[in-house]
Amino acid sequence: MSAGINYTALGVLVALFVLVTALGFWASNWRRGEHLESLDEWGLGGRTFGVWITWFLIGGDIYTAYTFVAVPAAMFATGAVAGFFAVPYTIILYPIIFIYMARLWSVSYRHGYVTSADFVRGRYGSRELSLAVSVTGILATMPYIALQLVGIQAVLEVVGVGGAGSFIAKALPLIIAFALLAAYTHSAGLRAPAMIAFVKDTLIYIVILAAIFYLPAQVGGWAHVFEAARAKMTALNPATGAPVGVFIPAAQSYWAYATLALGSAMALFMYPHSITATLSSRSRNTIRHNATILPAYSFVLGLLALLGWVAIAAGTKPIGLDGKVNVQLVIPQLFEDYFPPWFAGVAFAAVAIGALVPAAIMSIAASNTFTRNIYREWINPHATHAQEASVSKVIALLVKALALVFVLALDKQNAINFQLLGGIWILQTFPAIVFGLYTRWFHSWGLLVGWAAGMVYGTVTAYNLVNPATGNHFAGSLAMIPVIGQLGYIALTAFAINALLAAVVTVVLNVVKVPHGRDETTAMDYLADEGDARVEKRVEHTLPAI
Amino acid sequence: MNRSQADAGADSAANKTLLALAAVLLLIPVVGLLWVGSYASVEPVVAGFPFFIWYQFAWVFLCSACTATALRLIQLARPRRTGGVR
Repeated sequence: MSAGINYTALGVLVALFVLVTALGFWASNWRRGEHLESLDEWGLGGRTFGVWITWFLIGGDIYTAYTFVAVPAAMFATGAVAGFFAVPYTIILYPIIFIYMARLWSVSYRHGYVTSADFVRGRYGSRELSLAVSVTGILATMPYIALQLVGIQAVLEVVGVGGAGSFIAKALPLIIAFALLAAYTHSAGLRAPAMIAFVKDTLIYIVILAAIFYLPAQVGGWAHVFEAARAKMTALNPATGAPVGVFIPAAQSYWAYATLALGSAMALFMYPHSITATLSSRSRNTIRHNATILPAYSFVLGLLALLGWVAIAAGTKPIGLDGKVNVQLVIPQLFEDYFPPWFAGVAFAAVAIGALVPAAIMSIAASNTFTRNIYREWINPHATHAQEASVSKVIALLVKALALVFVLALDKQNAINFQLLGGIWILQTFPAIVFGLYTRWFHSWGLLVGWAAGMVYGTVTAYNLVNPATGNHFAGSLAMIPVIGQLGYIALTAFAINALLAAVVTVVLNVVKVPHGRDETTAMDYLADEGDARVEKRVEHTLPAI
Repeated sequence: MNRSQADAGADSAANKTLLALAAVLLLIPVVGLLWVGSYASVEPVVAGFPFFIWYQFAWVFLCSACTATALRLIQLARPRRTGGVR
């Protein structure tokens, strides 16, 4: 690491940051709707986004700054199973969401649902199940927002800002960045990240393509890169006597690799922010068109993952300002070592701005969920559209402030642990949401019991994973799968337990004739498209069911 | 029309064969990538890239082709209904 602050890089970073801030404020006038303040306008951009805006928005939303920092870091540190699974994950993601997200769009369009918990409430007539889904969504999203800050921190630290010194010096850049983000999200809602996503994605594509053509040649070519990675991963770790990592998965990690990819793909579109981005699109097939063009991002993510191995060949030393090794710094450090300072600045801006888009959408999604499914459902059932929008705006600020406190006050390992847990938790809402899109066979109490079991199993199993070297809990995402006897992704095992239990309890409740809740949807609703009539909700639907 | 009739008739106009074909197209990439044993090897190396790496990159394009074709089939199977309130 070069001593002191890299002023050229910092200057470019700040300039680009100012540009997107201006865009963010300007976005409040972009494609503005006619009607009054409402969650449809503020929280879903008026449901008007077409194929290309949705492409930038979802791409900007799910390929986060943390992904860009953590995936290559995992490749650098432990290799293919921990890192490269992101590639099959983000490829099979698209056929999977192709199948059910269009149905969710249609039923949400017909009934004015803003969140997945809205759908669960309408489909099962169960406040309790809807609450479980919304609380899970909020819990899983919070650490994800916090991790976006970790992405910004990583580039700032490599530029030479904010790593050491007083708490204020360390915290100030992050506080400024998040205060600006909060301000324009407050005024422009989902339109702000949609607009900034254009800049973010353009920068990311430029940087990755430049890196992938330029850097490998600098370190001796691709063959040398793979040889260096193989040498590092197959060497034995002196502390444990086991290989450092995985170059190409052997038979004992096939299950791990496949379950990580499948479980993550199933989980991603259960997050509130993915659902928000989907529901903001204009028509039923917008998300399906996007499923055919979003893999472009997966290609870029794969290239980025390989940069983690390029860094091995380059001998990159990811050492923080505090003098300790921090693998999260490996990509920013690689860029600083090999790019001219001005282009390193562009690359850092790409990561930092890459943090703002998902952070904005996540905070909007979490606050929509709170407003619709906790505030309106449990606190103020007669809330008007304007009240919903103003509550949501306040909660979005609160959520960002909490994320800031989370990262600044606690060790960031906490955020990483919680994000790992978040992935496990969010998949437990899959049966209630996705099964519900196809069938009302499952009983809401069965789904609730299954959800609870999945949550407990997943949390306890993840806690019990202890790193042999450091003694820390939450040491990974893989545990022995019961019955199958292979290492697999905990989330998927928990999901299997969840679904099985939901089915068993449903059968039992049907035998003892416990009534199913009221379903306000019809089969036609799941095929509705743009221009179809919206269902006018009658008042009794929004009142508590008791 | 009561509720159960509406439910039964909801998707009756769709071409089931085309929908099934689309489902198969969507399943192909998932099977291709989850069957890790079929591609976890170094050879054949192409331009320095181990098979394990370039094979998965190739699926980005294959998967796009599969989903694009599936979308086309679904649009054929369920033509956009026209007319007033549906």
